[in-house]
Amino acid sequence: MQNRNNNTIYQNGGTSSFSPSNGINNNSNPLSRSLTDEEFDRYSRQMIVPGMGKEGQLRLLTSRVLIIGAGGLGCPAAQYIAGAGIGTIGIVDGDVVEPSNLHRQVGHATSRIGTPKVTSLITHLSALNPLPTYIPHPCHITPDNAADLIAPYDLVLDCTDNPATRYLISDVCVLLRKPLVSAASVQKSGQLVVLNCPATPQGEGLPEGGKYNAAPCYRCCFKQPPPAAAALSCGEAGIMGPVVGLMGVAQAGEAVKILASGLHAIPSSDGATGQEEPGRERNLRQPTLLIYSYDLDAAVGPYAFRALKMAGRKKSCFACGEGSRARLTLGGIKKGEPDYVQFCSAPTARVTLPVEERITAAAYHEARERGEIAEHVLIDTREREHFSFGSIDGAVNVPFGKLLMAAAVASREGASGNGNGNGFVEKILPEEVRGKMVDGGEDLPIYVVCRRGLDSQEAVEKLRGLGMDNGGRRKILDIMGGMKAWKEEVDPSFPFI
Amino acid sequence: MSLTIPITVDFSGGLEMLFSNKRRHSLSIPALFTEEKDGKGEGEGEGEEEDKGKPVTIAFLVDYLCKNFMKDPRSDLFVLDGHIRPGILVLINEADWELEGEETYEIQAGDNILFVSTLHGG
Ligand SMILES: [Zn+2]
Repeated sequence: MQNRNNNTIYQNGGTSSFSPSNGINNNSNPLSRSLTDEEFDRYSRQMIVPGMGKEGQLRLLTSRVLIIGAGGLGCPAAQYIAGAGIGTIGIVDGDVVEPSNLHRQVGHATSRIGTPKVTSLITHLSALNPLPTYIPHPCHITPDNAADLIAPYDLVLDCTDNPATRYLISDVCVLLRKPLVSAASVQKSGQLVVLNCPATPQGEGLPEGGKYNAAPCYRCCFKQPPPAAAALSCGEAGIMGPVVGLMGVAQAGEAVKILASGLHAIPSSDGATGQEEPGRERNLRQPTLLIYSYDLDAAVGPYAFRALKMAGRKKSCFACGEGSRARLTLGGIKKGEPDYVQFCSAPTARVTLPVEERITAAAYHEARERGEIAEHVLIDTREREHFSFGSIDGAVNVPFGKLLMAAAVASREGASGNGNGNGFVEKILPEEVRGKMVDGGEDLPIYVVCRRGLDSQEAVEKLRGLGMDNGGRRKILDIMGGMKAWKEEVDPSFPFI
Repeated sequence: MSLTIPITVDFSGGLEMLFSNKRRHSLSIPALFTEEKDGKGEGEGEGEEEDKGKPVTIAFLVDYLCKNFMKDPRSDLFVLDGHIRPGILVLINEADWELEGEETYEIQAGDNILFVSTLHGG
């Protein structure tokens, strides 16, 4: 019997991963004990909900949940996991709290900026509910440590922020047979799905005759990652706090119901709980993918939430399908097989310009100060929102997407006017700079800057491709490293976001 | 022949940005299509065809959307090598397209086809 009030790291660390350790099949002591007065007071409002009861609460109290990622999903998820009284709560994150986290990562605090996220979040959770045992794992999850981190827990919440980690966590959950509640969110969208629940052994429960017999894993649903360039991160694309928060809270909601009702227990012949009642749709073998779309310029609408029926475990799945035991093992993962980083960084055709077409932010600044590049056009290809916070003197904003679009249209329709590269000026560049590019300004150099120095190179190549370099008479240069480099090399006070 | 069928096409997870920032498109698409036999004529239904065309499939729809509605030159964010790019889920009437035959599914009047870019941030 586990003593939950003394904050000791609990004993089960090295249990065999293939014995269900969720306390549900063990109908002896933990589920028949009485609640303490403190527990009774604290959890009464959820225990009186039909379907929960004392038994549901005791299941939560004996459950162990691992939350991977203490960010925009992990913070709200952890609050409700802790509030509900899950007995043991592990938190994995290797980052420290930054000011830019706080609009959405509400389990941290301004006073804890610079401290590790796991300890910051546990400070918050302990104040909310001191009863659970909190286990900090102040590290990033890696192929090397993933199995050791996940093995002692009953259920995993994937609150991470990149495709490689998501595939890794799912694979290890398949191998260790842990249910996985997965959510993700970027900008104005969120997604949520319960996977691997109940967790059928790898390679078993494959579909037969069009009927699914086991729950899918992450790879069953999302066979391939997007090309690296198409996978937006919150740091790059932005994120609305309530959107990611809603997804995190929903993850906690799924975890609580799975553990309280024993949905993760595999129905077995010895009459264990969690057996599929005839006629009752539990949405496990074919889980629902919940999608939330948020609009900044409209109230919540009929398509804000969509519920999509996914397929079950697939025969062709790399991790859990036919023959998967031969290609995916815990030992293999530890040794770097498969290679998650490579799997998630499919080659993307990013442009790398030769050095003579580039200039460092510092060199550009110096040349400007010395008057060596007096008259020129400076294009900033960041999004309008980024540009609005500040830009280099004289820069004009042509967001990258717009520039590509204009370039595509221009190349289809051809140049206007005299037919040389300047014919494209009016199709691509904003009005405010066109004036200085005529009557002697036809060969004015163009400099392009973006956020971090990738889009700008592609932009330079596009403009040259259209012939806007006038056969070499006009210089078109990329400012290396974008506004990030500008802040680092030239103006430390620049509000880079 | 101008038989068309009404469908709705939805984009989510950021894909709407490639299609005029609109999440829902109500379209009338051709009910039948003829495959281009020799890659020569670009126009549809040119010349005489032996058959009257095939029912339109998801594969046709993807191509149709790219040709007629893609407002962004970054088409590789939607299709790669003629197929939906990795990382996009296709849902036919709210169900995973695997349940319906994927690209070969024959579109019916009133169908709702949803393209969702899978998210990874958090
Ligand atoms: Zn799978």
